[in-house]
Amino acid sequence: MTGGKGFARLIAVVAALAAFYVFIYLPVAVLVLFSFHAGTVPVPPFEGPTLEWYAEVLGNGRVTDGIFNSILVGALSSLLAAGLGFLAAYGMARHSPPGSTVIQAAIMMPLTMSYLVIGLGLLILFSSLGFGKSLWLVGIGHVVINLPLCFAIIVSQLGGHQAALERAARDLGASEFQVIARVTVPLIWPALFAAFCLAFTFSWDEFVIAFLLTSFDVTLPVVIWSMLRTGLNPETNAAGTLVFLVSLAVAVAFELAISRRKGTSP
Amino acid sequence: MMTPASAETRARRADLRRGYGFVAPALVWTAAFFALPIAITAVWSLFTRSGRTRDTSLSLANYERFFATPGFLSALVNSLEVAAIVTVVSVLLAYPLAWLIAFRVPARWQRLALILAILPFWTSYIVRSYAWLLVLAPNGVVNQALMATGLVAEPVSIAYSRTATVIGFVHFFTMLAALTIYASLVQINPRLLQAAGDLGASAVQTFWRVTLPLSASGVAVGAFLTFLITIGDYITPQILGGNTDVVLPQLILFQITRRGDIPFAAAMSLVLMVVISVVYILAARRLRMRT
Amino acid sequence: MSAAQDMRLSGVAKRYGETTAVEDIDLDIPAGSYVVLLGPSGSGKTTLLSILGGFTVPSEGRVLLGDADVTDVPPAKRLTVTVFQDYALFPHLSVGDNVGFGLSVRRMPKQKTARRVNEALTLVGLPGMAGRRVHELSGGQKQRVALARAIALDPAVLLLDEPLGALDLHLRRQMQDELRSLQRTTAKSFVHVTHDQEEAMALADLIVIMKDGRIEDVGPPDRVYRSPRTRFAATFMGESTILDGRVVACNGGEARIETAQGPLTVVTDLPAGAGVAIAIRPEKLLLRAAKAGETGLGEATVRVVTFQGSFARVTLEGNDGLAALAKVAPEAAPRPGDRVALTAAAADLMLIADDSRRAETKGDAGR
Repeated sequence: MTGGKGFARLIAVVAALAAFYVFIYLPVAVLVLFSFHAGTVPVPPFEGPTLEWYAEVLGNGRVTDGIFNSILVGALSSLLAAGLGFLAAYGMARHSPPGSTVIQAAIMMPLTMSYLVIGLGLLILFSSLGFGKSLWLVGIGHVVINLPLCFAIIVSQLGGHQAALERAARDLGASEFQVIARVTVPLIWPALFAAFCLAFTFSWDEFVIAFLLTSFDVTLPVVIWSMLRTGLNPETNAAGTLVFLVSLAVAVAFELAISRRKGTSP
Repeated sequence: MMTPASAETRARRADLRRGYGFVAPALVWTAAFFALPIAITAVWSLFTRSGRTRDTSLSLANYERFFATPGFLSALVNSLEVAAIVTVVSVLLAYPLAWLIAFRVPARWQRLALILAILPFWTSYIVRSYAWLLVLAPNGVVNQALMATGLVAEPVSIAYSRTATVIGFVHFFTMLAALTIYASLVQINPRLLQAAGDLGASAVQTFWRVTLPLSASGVAVGAFLTFLITIGDYITPQILGGNTDVVLPQLILFQITRRGDIPFAAAMSLVLMVVISVVYILAARRLRMRT
Repeated sequence: MSAAQDMRLSGVAKRYGETTAVEDIDLDIPAGSYVVLLGPSGSGKTTLLSILGGFTVPSEGRVLLGDADVTDVPPAKRLTVTVFQDYALFPHLSVGDNVGFGLSVRRMPKQKTARRVNEALTLVGLPGMAGRRVHELSGGQKQRVALARAIALDPAVLLLDEPLGALDLHLRRQMQDELRSLQRTTAKSFVHVTHDQEEAMALADLIVIMKDGRIEDVGPPDRVYRSPRTRFAATFMGESTILDGRVVACNGGEARIETAQGPLTVVTDLPAGAGVAIAIRPEKLLLRAAKAGETGLGEATVRVVTFQGSFARVTLEGNDGLAALAKVAPEAAPRPGDRVALTAAAADLMLIADDSRRAETKGDAGR
């Protein structure tokens, strides 16, 4: 192969990758850039920069309430999803009850279903039971969609290595609860944390269930949804950029938990 | 030979009780808040709305209405078409991206290249669709760039169309499919590719006969997820597609929020569920056969 | 926890569906004895240890500890502690917290726990190491911490699953001595699983040889070595040359036996017609013509000679395809291809009374 041909190939590879990255980053770049736009419509030409839209967003009570509600729903539902997922994964991995393939399929089922179907089902269920719409119901829905994810992540981390340590702990006199609290959880804590983070980002981002099951107190995606009614608006850009930053922070925490797990496991 | 309650049997039973005890909370939750709601949805789909109340006599009227009204049925067709187009285009874009990262990017840059390729994944789903609206709007970035270069004289209308919906979806699922395809590409033993070359296969033959078959599972998983999520999604078509070529989820939400016709929405959501389940079962069977 | 107690397995069997892991197990583990379960992989020795430890509940039979039936008592409530093959040290805890784990889950006061931890660590030669992290330890140190963790609980019986398997040869020999002296100092019963027969002979008061889920032979090492009960025991516990034969005449406790290598006489009261096997240890097989009081075993062709330092290992092919093995002084070693005579002193012919081949031809009735 001649040097010239190799160089041409390199250029082609770089150009192709660059084209992909432009496609992938175009909307994000436009979103972030025009959140600093000084005009009232976020379209070119760019004017500014200004932070006035961030001030506007953070001064908007509906947005800050939405952020607070989203964090509340996300944290509680993810905690519950990770907890239930852990218990199920532990039961499956350590006691392997008969019919475990059926049980596993049952737990994983909500993963493939449209959130809209789940949300409508919960709406009908709770309205026929006479419950008013509330953030609690959203939390319940988010546990439903995140439980399979948490279960799958945790069950993949409950390997034979921990099983041997749990057996040793049992032999030394630990009760089932002591085994879980003193051995299993400390050992797979990165997986639990990763499951929590992933569940949190899904809850943080979820719209349809939250939209169907809330009325006055709403989560951030529902607030942003209502902001979209005003059309293109730099304030929406600013809100979107903030949401992106929070998701990114949680995603980084998730990534770190995963890589630390890889680093420490023997 | 074994007495009914031997020590062994007792121990196994205790172990079983424990196992089910741990699994029970998750199962109960899924049964109460997933299976039960869907069952109730199925029952409600047999009710009909009459004025502001519900007629709780069971009938298939909602289903008849859905399948007999071209406007409703076309939403189902639209959903299937959009999901199919998005799946094909996403995989066609994601494959070369994953392949470039796996085979043309130096090993120590691969992780970075991959993370960069999926970073915008973490933008909010709604915000991402909104961002595409910014890009595709009549006076948005794309149109202004086109007009500045003199390629078009008038703004091209992309926003609020099926094309916009597809672009928004493809953006998201290219990242997702690239991830699953990359995962299967890096598992291919490089010696297999060397061996194929050694046996006289050209680079193109090696790709078609070795690389592609060995990465088929990654393609299948990516395509499967893309289709299932696309067909059930409301946000992207609603923001980017607007009211042209509406898809089934848009119709369902319209019936809930504007018409208040929950039984009809329930019937349509059951149709959606059946479509998803059929695709899931078909795909799961194919995937299992392959592995 | 407790003083050493007798442990007993009676009529124990464990089946998994159609497969039998162990069966027909009757075994006494006297208080304060060092018992080694010896056998190849798949012989059921680890299953047996697991039954003793309470991790596996037998399908049949009973497990007794002292006077108590502990057959289905779970490990946590049993006065046995296991030292696992891979040590199973908790990586998230310090050495001291590992050793104190069993005491801490029993809610022993902190000060008392700390004292017991230090005692146990001192006993295994690691005083003052309580603050270390587990991953800072060498393989030998991990082994000692695992031992200390078990001893700190003061169990009635200590179970060791291939405890030295992960160590290099030098360290293994050193740890053998330490295990033995630890067992003496603590006066507890140790049950130790291994496939290394040298390890077994070095450590055991009682060797239990296992094969295919059954006990082949039980006894003190010297007895098992000098007069193994079965053909398998004779070949697994040290090597042997095995001659097949048949009793042709028996009078006054002495039997004349015909073999393909010639006639010989051994002390037994087996009836005429019985099939027997005769085992000869390699160091007792002589490569020269018989003198008075010795038994000639025909001629053989030398196949392979390997020097092993203080001796040479000679494999030979005798009459009727006999595979023979001898250990001779290096300077006296023959060359491959040489024809030599095989001889053994009458006292060194070990009659295998409970020969498995004989048992097979007669069916299981022979057991």
